[in-house]
Amino acid sequence: MRAMVYRGPYKVAVREKPPPLLEHPNDAIVRVSLAAICGSDLHLYHGMMPDTRVGMTFGHEFIGVVDEVGPSVQNLQPGDRVMVPFNIYCGSCYFCARGLYSNCHNVNPNATAVGGIYGYSHTCGGYDGGQAELVRVPFADVGPSRIPDWLEDEDALLMTDALSTGYFGAQLGDIVEGDTVVVFGSGPVGLFAAKSAWLMGAGRVVVVDHLEYRLEKARAFAQAETYNFAEYDDIVVHLKQVTGGLGFDVAIDAVGAEADGNFLQHVTAAKLKLQGGSPVALNWAIDSVRKGGTISVMGAYGPMFSAVKFGDAFNKGLTLRMNQCPVKRQWPRLLEHIRNGYLKPNDVVTHRIPLEHIAEGYHMFSAKLDDCIKPLIVPTAG
Amino acid sequence: MPYTSDKPETAPSSAELRARIPGWGADLDPNDRPAFPRERYDPAASGAHSDFPDRQPETWPRERSIEHEQLPAVFGTSAPPKGLSGILRRHAYARYSEARAAHWLILLGADRVDAWESHLRSFATLHPDNPVTQTGVLSEFTRRGYSSRVGRGRVDLRHVWMDPIIVAGPWVAAGVAAFAAARALTKRYGAS
Repeated sequence: MRAMVYRGPYKVAVREKPPPLLEHPNDAIVRVSLAAICGSDLHLYHGMMPDTRVGMTFGHEFIGVVDEVGPSVQNLQPGDRVMVPFNIYCGSCYFCARGLYSNCHNVNPNATAVGGIYGYSHTCGGYDGGQAELVRVPFADVGPSRIPDWLEDEDALLMTDALSTGYFGAQLGDIVEGDTVVVFGSGPVGLFAAKSAWLMGAGRVVVVDHLEYRLEKARAFAQAETYNFAEYDDIVVHLKQVTGGLGFDVAIDAVGAEADGNFLQHVTAAKLKLQGGSPVALNWAIDSVRKGGTISVMGAYGPMFSAVKFGDAFNKGLTLRMNQCPVKRQWPRLLEHIRNGYLKPNDVVTHRIPLEHIAEGYHMFSAKLDDCIKPLIVPTAG
Repeated sequence: MPYTSDKPETAPSSAELRARIPGWGADLDPNDRPAFPRERYDPAASGAHSDFPDRQPETWPRERSIEHEQLPAVFGTSAPPKGLSGILRRHAYARYSEARAAHWLILLGADRVDAWESHLRSFATLHPDNPVTQTGVLSEFTRRGYSSRVGRGRVDLRHVWMDPIIVAGPWVAAGVAAFAAARALTKRYGAS
């Protein structure tokens, strides 16, 4: 089969690989119909995530058609059109039994601090991902769901991570009616978090970024008020000023490990790999949220230490909430919102790229060329 | 101002927002939010068949965190450790817990070694690594590389010059070192 393979930092190729095998009775093999490159794939692509091995296939956002099922699979059969949450989880361990599907203890030998994720390094379990023609899907009776007939492929694809994560991020903010909410980052997760904040009754939603084309999207897609941090000497002071000196009730970090805006932080993390991530957005969140406020962290960070302003968070009495999104928990409610017309996920899609051209796709997305917000990968368009 | 007890009024009214934004307040009640409460004990909700899953066969000694008391039931088999990078990775897993910086730093070092080993190995195959196609750098010409960056106030332009050095620098340095070594050897033995 054709698959994307990682060849080292900033390098990917498309190669012929042996097709995946059923390695467990509850596995399925899914023929991928659509995949995506996620912003967090760029952390792998840039060599930031420990134990990212040459030869691995990335891709934790994908949908497809069931090709084959293992002997214990009861809920799916070949031919089913399915969406697959980016979490790999057993459904029965201590954590899964409590709904913490992203924290499963039965799927990742390489680390106890993180669950299993498709195509996301061996630190996240060593599973190949969906930027390929075929992919192994463990626990087929637990993770994947049949896609409702009325749901379009691109909308279903975005439910496997970006939409669910943004929606989850807004929920972790514990927003109450009239709250002021600031979202750092206007990539897909930030856009969905901003949009979701309105669903929870926010009184004001602000999005901060330095890419003007993305801020334009935040205004149009999420009806958000936007600020370009490159235009301010100190964005935190400005954010205080626009809230009457109080600070925001809720701040959402939708940037994560490669945040820009502070040269030293960015270079030590993203270039020199001396931090688990560049916590610029997180530190701005800490400083711009009001005392007693809540911070929701949706941006992904690596497992190493990062220079977070923890003292400010402590002194301000902040509540910090975070997790990888337990995707499937979000789906029933998100389907209602899509059906009601409150959310149109594929409005954030900007590029559709054949698998054979995935190296150009990674470079374009990484370098933010061509006003790229969300690139999709089409395995059969080659 | 927060020097008095009232919250500064900076937001429109709920009625105005409800009229302007589709779906505003649909999830006002926390009970309508799927992530609330965070933990909900309901083992039957996931669709799992049993309290502990069948075990996936271990086809090679699978490296694992020493914080795991046993090999988890299911695991990925994407890229088994091999070569010098494999030795480093096995050592990082066998010796250091996830709490130790050494664990992660060795793994990051092994990633760099892995890239070098794989590049060198590729030169003995029909698909040698090609930095032009694999970096996707040609999209600079097809995806408006210049106009996407220049004049748009992007703060990443302050460090983007480092990327070619990070990608190509080690190759250039290795080439220079190899050339210098070859030259030194030629001088030393070629003259005699």
